[in-house]
Amino acid sequence: MMKKVLNRTQFYQVLGLSLVILLQLFTVVSYAQDDANAETQVEAAPADLGGDPVKGKQLFNTNCAACHALDRKMTGPALANVESRLAEDEGLNKEWLYKWIKNSAGLIASGDAYANKVYNEYNQAAMTAFPTLSNEDIDNILAYTAAPPPKPTVAAAAPVDGGSTGASSGISNEIILGALAVIFGLLVLMLVMVNKTLRRIAEANGVEIAAEGEKRMPIWKAFVQNQFLVLCSVVFFLLAAAYGAYAWMSQVGVDQGYAPVQPIHYSHRIHAGVNNIECKYCHSSARVSKHSGIPSLNVCMNCHKSIYEYTGNGEGPTAEDLANGYTNEFYTAEIKKLYKAVGWDEENQKYTGESKPVEWVRIHNLPDFVYFNHSQHVTVGQIECQTCHGPVEEMEIMYQYSPLTMGWCINCHRETEVKVADNGYYEKIHDELSKKYGVEKLTAAQMGGLECGKCHY
Amino acid sequence: MASNKKYWKSEAELNPNDSIVTKLRNNEFVEHIPVDEFLGDKQNLADSSTTRRDFLKYVGFSTAAATMAACEGPVNKSVPYVIQPEDIVPGVANHYATTIADGYDFASILVKTREGRPIKIENNDRADVLGGANARVNASVLSLYDSKRVQGPMAGGKPVEWKVLDATVRAKLGSLTNGGKKVALLTQTYASPSTAKLIGEFSEKFGGVDHVVYDAISEDATLNAFNAMYGERALPDYDFGKADLIVSFAADFLGDWQGGGYDSAYAKGRVPKNGKMSKHIQLESNMSLSGANADKRIALKPSEVKIALAKLYGKLNGGSVSGGTSELDGLVDGVVAQLRKVGSKAVVVCGINDVNAQMVTLAINKMLASEAFKPEEPKYLRQGDTSKVKRLIGDMNAGRIGALIIDGVNPVYSLPNAAEFLAGLEKVEVSVYFAHNNDETAQAVSHVAARSHYLESWGDAELKKGHFSLTQPVIKELFDTRQFQACLLTWMGSEQTYYDYIKENWTASILGGYSWSKTLQDGVYTPFYAKDISETVLGSTQESTEDGQVSEATVNLNAAVRSLAGTTSEGYELVLYPKTGMGDGQQANNPWLQEFPDPISRVSWDNYVTISKFDAEKLELENYNVANGGLDGSYASLTVEGATLDKVPVYIQPGQAPGTLGLSFGYGRKAGLQAEMQTGVNAYKLYKDFNNIQSVSISKVSGVHEFACVQLHNTLMGRGDIIKETTLKEFNTKDKHEWNAIPEVSLDHQETPVTSPKVDLWQSFDRSIGHHFNLSIDLNACTGCGACVIACHAENNVPVVGKHEMRVSRDMHWLRIDRYYSSEETFEADDAKKEGMDGLWGDNGSLGGFGEMENPAANPQVAFQPVMCQHCNHAPCETVCPVAATSHGRQGQNHMAYNRCVGTRYCANNCPYKVRRFNWFLYNNNDEFDYNMNNDLGKMVLNPDVVVRSRGVMEKCSFCIQATQAVILNAKREGRPVAKGEFNNAVACSAACSSGALVFGDVNEEGSEIANLVADDRSYHLLEHVGTKPNVVYQVKVRNTEEA
Repeated sequence: MMKKVLNRTQFYQVLGLSLVILLQLFTVVSYAQDDANAETQVEAAPADLGGDPVKGKQLFNTNCAACHALDRKMTGPALANVESRLAEDEGLNKEWLYKWIKNSAGLIASGDAYANKVYNEYNQAAMTAFPTLSNEDIDNILAYTAAPPPKPTVAAAAPVDGGSTGASSGISNEIILGALAVIFGLLVLMLVMVNKTLRRIAEANGVEIAAEGEKRMPIWKAFVQNQFLVLCSVVFFLLAAAYGAYAWMSQVGVDQGYAPVQPIHYSHRIHAGVNNIECKYCHSSARVSKHSGIPSLNVCMNCHKSIYEYTGNGEGPTAEDLANGYTNEFYTAEIKKLYKAVGWDEENQKYTGESKPVEWVRIHNLPDFVYFNHSQHVTVGQIECQTCHGPVEEMEIMYQYSPLTMGWCINCHRETEVKVADNGYYEKIHDELSKKYGVEKLTAAQMGGLECGKCHY
Repeated sequence: MASNKKYWKSEAELNPNDSIVTKLRNNEFVEHIPVDEFLGDKQNLADSSTTRRDFLKYVGFSTAAATMAACEGPVNKSVPYVIQPEDIVPGVANHYATTIADGYDFASILVKTREGRPIKIENNDRADVLGGANARVNASVLSLYDSKRVQGPMAGGKPVEWKVLDATVRAKLGSLTNGGKKVALLTQTYASPSTAKLIGEFSEKFGGVDHVVYDAISEDATLNAFNAMYGERALPDYDFGKADLIVSFAADFLGDWQGGGYDSAYAKGRVPKNGKMSKHIQLESNMSLSGANADKRIALKPSEVKIALAKLYGKLNGGSVSGGTSELDGLVDGVVAQLRKVGSKAVVVCGINDVNAQMVTLAINKMLASEAFKPEEPKYLRQGDTSKVKRLIGDMNAGRIGALIIDGVNPVYSLPNAAEFLAGLEKVEVSVYFAHNNDETAQAVSHVAARSHYLESWGDAELKKGHFSLTQPVIKELFDTRQFQACLLTWMGSEQTYYDYIKENWTASILGGYSWSKTLQDGVYTPFYAKDISETVLGSTQESTEDGQVSEATVNLNAAVRSLAGTTSEGYELVLYPKTGMGDGQQANNPWLQEFPDPISRVSWDNYVTISKFDAEKLELENYNVANGGLDGSYASLTVEGATLDKVPVYIQPGQAPGTLGLSFGYGRKAGLQAEMQTGVNAYKLYKDFNNIQSVSISKVSGVHEFACVQLHNTLMGRGDIIKETTLKEFNTKDKHEWNAIPEVSLDHQETPVTSPKVDLWQSFDRSIGHHFNLSIDLNACTGCGACVIACHAENNVPVVGKHEMRVSRDMHWLRIDRYYSSEETFEADDAKKEGMDGLWGDNGSLGGFGEMENPAANPQVAFQPVMCQHCNHAPCETVCPVAATSHGRQGQNHMAYNRCVGTRYCANNCPYKVRRFNWFLYNNNDEFDYNMNNDLGKMVLNPDVVVRSRGVMEKCSFCIQATQAVILNAKREGRPVAKGEFNNAVACSAACSSGALVFGDVNEEGSEIANLVADDRSYHLLEHVGTKPNVVYQVKVRNTEEA
């Protein structure tokens, strides 16, 4: 029965996939050109300014970006043109900056006025000392901060592209369908015309066409008179209907592929895929608890305190993303939703205390009468999350990958070997059981993983 | 011949001129029926686009649409924390140590919380005093989620804000400081050093505040007697584990006597070890838990008990005390002889609230130099002073009290002279009551301060001298409530929180440098000096009492003995007692406790007057079962000194001393309670002068009361193999086969033991690999206290079904404690009688004989037997399930897949132990069963690891498979074998059993306690001859019947 369900869904998958491929053909072709333009603009931007801004960018990203941005306050001040700003506003030279960066605490302790001012302005959060950075490194970083930010051009270009792409992809879709309809229409027309022509020819040749049919008994009448055939076909239809009904009913409550719209568009593809974040960094309770746990918002803020906008992979959004409306602005707006929910005041880099929990739509709904424990599978069984949840790192919108039916569970329990190595619990029982069954490795089923009471209580 | 008989339909037809008759002859209805309005307009009907067929189409379509829509799953929301607390992992339970001190129940406990919700109470095994939770303490977690709680402060019945209440009270207190009227506090017993200090400071600040401690059920006499003899108003402590002979004069020490908590030590001495066990003699009127567990129970009137006590004292002193009958003399002689034999290994306790009786008891223990008697480490569980309460009521009526603050007690309900109190309350200008429910007192006072539950409060307690414990909140206040102490601090103008106050007090005067955090984690703290107290201080105390003090006491004693011996009585004597389930009645709105069947009577949802069969027959009072199995009984009216209780249900209690009646406290509350919980009658009305013994007159009144009694059969009918019993002598001297024989069946005319595989219907599996769970139940250690019943209720989301369903035997308790009476004097005699039957008729005929055996004896032996699913290895239920919903696990558990069950109930029919429970109705989200599973608040107590069963599904004990699986998973995750005792502490019933009667574990674990118990000589299986091979073993009950 399971197979039936799978087959059906596979059919839809194939259908969906082919549509997507068609779509991509159109979009990719039309927008590759624009992407190329954007890239050239980025590379053209940096100008020569004392240090090497390219090296500086690298250093900035590894050392500074967690707390500083170029054009906005974060944990620390905005750093765009910091050197000239300090020189102009405060009359401080590069030497001061060297001291500050290498040992800010020392500078504060020495009673430097501006150092103390900055320190107090930013909630007395001490800046990490970087004694390893050479003056040359700092020069490079400063060069980078002094370079005009290349970003705006890309950002400005993107929405225009995004809008037109979305619209054009819709049109192209309709065009395909329209064209297909026209082709089918033409075919039908041709057939009718061919038929007409043939008849005319036959008529012209004096061949009688209609007479044949009138003489013989109509096929349906013959069928009705053959009672055995009627019986057979009735039985066949009833059986088929029963099978169909059974198949249909078996998928009731099986929500494979369920991908609800979430209050915040959270992309697993970007987090787990592009950025390679370990699943259990956010779903930490999967290691110890029955629940994998939806991460609380403070976990999001571990990173999103400094990642306040989406900049894509450096090359701008792909055509496919743009087709779906997933522009950089779109993602950035989603980050702002997070800030609103957690009550993060970006301006002042402070929590306002006014939070509003996010009501996610639950995707994987096991019935109440099933007990499932993540830690048993994740920690003890050392099963990859993807085994059940599918290629999450590729999912822009999270969906239910597995059917989560009992048959599916049981199949896996039958086939999966228990990870007994280096686990003190299994030492004795494994030896005894493998002797009993005469096998090297035990499956979960042989350990009792098929018993009703193991999951239903 | 045709009849011309005329039938008339009404009187009017007789009158031929009647207008209605004429009209009716022509028209069908007298009045005009306006059918034309919707049918008469043919035009309209014809124009309507909706034809009959269309209508049917619409109906069909909408039905189909509704059906299709029903197949769609609901959208579930999942809301994570915004900021997740560090110590909470969703899905993992946290345990916090705390202490309950509600004025009646005191215990150091652990609270299991899930996602911040307390869901279960467990025993704190780090506590060396009162570390076991009884049934009420186990149920107290549900009282937190009581939907009838007062949810915010009120003034004059209307909600106000705290600051308004604070301002009113502070203004009043301030104005009274220098005025003539006094401020009075009427409170429960706190046994709390910090509260005592705080009240002291409060009193100082507001100029001599009158602090009156009031216990609803008074232990005044003991406190006063102890004060007279030892100079401290406290309760003596006893260690029943050290006693070889326990003589109890009407003290129900396995129940709530002097705060309870004695059962675990008692049970230790009751399990035969090295051929020895303690002997327990009980002299009492009501059948109490202690009496039911006694080796020898003597049913006496309270007046006779007093005389017996006086005689005992006299005889031990070598003198003689007059009074009483010669029969009584004989009984006392027997007791004296046994006491003399064991000497200091004996202990005497007394449950009569009479100073003389208590003084004599203390003197006897001192005279015996009883090792079990611990006056040097007294308990502080009761501090109520009835003389002060009386004085306060007097002061109130005289208008001398300006402000009255009440906490933890419900005097309008529990005072026998509540009317007087109410009259006095009228004259008090400001009265503040810290209320849990909107109860009787809450409705009478001017201001109601919503009280926090103990699981929401900070606190501390010194339960026993030198044994401290802490109370910590495990959940934020659910409502706008405050605790008493926090309010006192606020009213005193202090900015300090009560937490800081306790911490400061403990750091300064209790901990002596010990870690506060560690103490909070453990919940208990015993300074080193207190640990050695029994060894070192014992000697000195006795020496000091030898001089001066004693001689004075002796003088008092002689008078006391004389007064005791001179006790007379007339009419019936009524003994008021607290019931195991309800206690003093604080938790009357708790459905778990209402549904908890009394261990003795097995009646739930009620209290009743207990009467002996002899008296009942005399008064024509009856108990009988009706067709649906329910127990019905007569009503009686009770009158004590002008106070009358009409319509008290009558329950005929075997073992009740003739001439005495029993009635339990805690029932009959009405105000602030859900209608279903307003059960029983209020016995406090008869509690004249706080004396638990009253002279009463009884008379039958009309009407039939419907009891919800869950046990219809009271005797074992001579089936000695259900509860196997033996005497200590036989146990010590004879072979196991004599007193614990394995039943045999005939195979090819050969007697073969049923355990032999040759007579087995089933093929046995190899059960030697992996875990194999067994549960051992020691019938000697089980006192029938019922803590396991409530613990099971909490752990397994067992529904509450209500009084009617209980009455018709549809109770859902997974674990029941059967109580059996002997029909003859002893169970042994029952067996002999059954064996001796011969033929149908005649003296030994079975027809008459079995009829007689259905009736318990006047003073029967009693036996308790906890019964839950026996998890048979060869389970009869499994073989008959048509859908394989119940099946056997390799670990010995009999699994029940609820979602697979279709409700044929075949399994229940085939179960020889009758432990399967059927969900006749939907017990959650159903207004017909308006208990905790029908409101969002009450549902917070549900255990998220166990499914809530639906209608039409069979359920039963699962051996707490969710808990055993969790233990296994924890071990796997940590990569270690399961630790010793881990399974025992995970399973609800065995973890709750503080007496050690229930032991759970893995028999395949070498050297485990359970493996030894299963192999023990005393172990047997219930109905072994059926061949079900249960995984529950019972330990043969041994009675110490040796006389001196």
